[in-house]
Amino acid sequence: MPTLFEKIRDRHVVTRRGDDVLLYIDRQLIHEVTSPQAFEGLRLAGRNVRRPGAMLAVPDHNVPTTPERAERIDDRESREQIEELRKNTLGAGIDLFDITDPRQGIVHIIGPEAGLVLPGITIVCGDSHTGTLGAFGTIAFGIGTSEVEHVLATQTLWQAMPRRMRVTVDGALRSLVTPKDVILAVIAKIGASGGTGYAIEFAGETIRKMSMEGRMTVCNMTIEAGARFGLIAPDETTFSYLKGRPLAPPPSLWDAAVADWKTLPSDPDAAWDREVVLDASNLEPHVTWGTSPQDALPVGGFVPDPEEQPDPSERARMRRALEYMALVPGTRMTDIPVDKVFIGSCTNSRIEDLRAAAAVAKGRKVHSNVTALVVPGSGLVKKQAEEEGLDRVFVEAGFQWRLPGCSMCLGMNPDKLKPGERCASTSNRNFEGRQGPGGRTHLMSPAMAAAAAVSGCIADVRGVAR
Amino acid sequence: MIEKFKSLNTVGVPLDRGNVDTDAIIPARYLKTLKRTGLGVGLFFAWRYDMDGKEQPDFPLNRPSFRGGKVLVAGENFGCGSSREHAVWALMDFGFRAVIAPSFSDIFHNNCLKNGMLPVTLPAAAVRSLIDALLAAPGGKVKVDLAGQTVTGPNGDVHAFGVASFAKTSLLEGLDEIALTLKSSTEIDRYERERKKATPWLFLDLAG
Repeated sequence: MPTLFEKIRDRHVVTRRGDDVLLYIDRQLIHEVTSPQAFEGLRLAGRNVRRPGAMLAVPDHNVPTTPERAERIDDRESREQIEELRKNTLGAGIDLFDITDPRQGIVHIIGPEAGLVLPGITIVCGDSHTGTLGAFGTIAFGIGTSEVEHVLATQTLWQAMPRRMRVTVDGALRSLVTPKDVILAVIAKIGASGGTGYAIEFAGETIRKMSMEGRMTVCNMTIEAGARFGLIAPDETTFSYLKGRPLAPPPSLWDAAVADWKTLPSDPDAAWDREVVLDASNLEPHVTWGTSPQDALPVGGFVPDPEEQPDPSERARMRRALEYMALVPGTRMTDIPVDKVFIGSCTNSRIEDLRAAAAVAKGRKVHSNVTALVVPGSGLVKKQAEEEGLDRVFVEAGFQWRLPGCSMCLGMNPDKLKPGERCASTSNRNFEGRQGPGGRTHLMSPAMAAAAAVSGCIADVRGVAR
Repeated sequence: MIEKFKSLNTVGVPLDRGNVDTDAIIPARYLKTLKRTGLGVGLFFAWRYDMDGKEQPDFPLNRPSFRGGKVLVAGENFGCGSSREHAVWALMDFGFRAVIAPSFSDIFHNNCLKNGMLPVTLPAAAVRSLIDALLAAPGGKVKVDLAGQTVTGPNGDVHAFGVASFAKTSLLEGLDEIALTLKSSTEIDRYERERKKATPWLFLDLAG
């Protein structure tokens, strides 16, 4: 009867308090921005880190993506936060992938690469995109700094049981339609708060056929539908991704681990509080027009007209969004010019994303009005991409090839939009000011972003790549 | 240790927008701090100020009649987006002690409770009437009684709200949740011993 989520939850219950359970947390990932106050809290209370070996830390949000970062970081506050992370992790005996470590990268990218994220575990991080890791069949969720401190001190968290939603996606994706388009379509369908209070399990043929990279893209954006948890049942794709990674079960334990993981998928008669079905066979590449990830539509579409929206508060929201985005209803999406293109972020900076973007960039040139960045998600992704020659493809086409980090996703390091600039971005949030004050964001897949870079405007990659 | 929540009877500040995200509440550039304090300066920065740093006179937090209010009344899905607890710290540093909305993001809601800030979920129609009343007669007071679980609007309209019993106690008494959890250390130890036997591959520690 139980779902994947319930099975994992049940095996992590330490004790109960009313309807809440004290959930054991197997792993915690830590970054420089949401952890300083947690370590300070421990110090003030005279408490220790309970299980330093269950933690892994990395600087990613603040770090510049240009080479001089190894020698110096000009921004004093960023430098201090990174220095504080070094001090805190060293003091507690927590492993750190520091700026010059070849494994450094975005916190949600490096965990899977290390084999730290295994089916059936609970894993948290002070970052809302931690749901990414649910792609491995885990309970993975973002928490605030107080809870980071709670996990450091106790290796547990109090949790209420979320409601259960299953999103079933069936149908073969058409050429150049990607997992990013799937999740944008799901968010457009259920809305930015449609998943609030839920753990969402993604199922169906389309999901099963996705690589781990694609599944991570899908789970990464469940928070944009309001759900803290996105999960996908582990299967052979999961197992083969994990085998041989540094922290994956060693050969002596591998068979036992896989046998255990195979018991995790939701039972066929599991009960769901809500079911959503999406036919992906006719899905088109998606882009956003507004300031919420739910504002996604097929690239062939037009900027919608708020006056046609019957709900007054939604109408007001759409009007504000269009004013902020400086867009006029009825404009063809592919007539919208862009100033910047950002290929990166925890949503879309894995090797497959870079391959997809490079395939479009190859033999073409970035439009003269556009500045385009490619920011690999980690040092390991960067290395692999360079071994495959993708960096040369990008550089020859006029893209900038950067060092790993969160970069232009969130406007807290040197990579940001200037007021009024418009960006085709593979990241996850198009909120007002997200990529820099006054910046305007259009979310899309890596292939679509590359198409925008060479076209100078939002473009249907299927037309560009042909 | 969280701040104890006391009953409020204060100017209500209407923010008539839905999907207010935590990037809007506190932009990322204000997150480069090592402290929980002093974040009020960045609260709703892009809405409070124009590009030249001048106050936007129409934004509710800038209107004289709403200054000093401790209760924010906003649209649905308040606090969506990033998990940054800085959003709660910024609201509290500015003076807010409660937010009333038809719905909250899960992480923001949680973060409020960890800091002594009360998130009050009321039906959309009730929130609408509160916002309308506050906009019609700016400076109107909103009473928030956690013990009795009621909100009283400026027109005397009373709205009951739900709150989880532990969260209520925790807010009223200002409990230290980590200290409480550490009382279960024996159970946590036992859990770890059993897990290590059942799934030894979860104890191959990175730094170990």
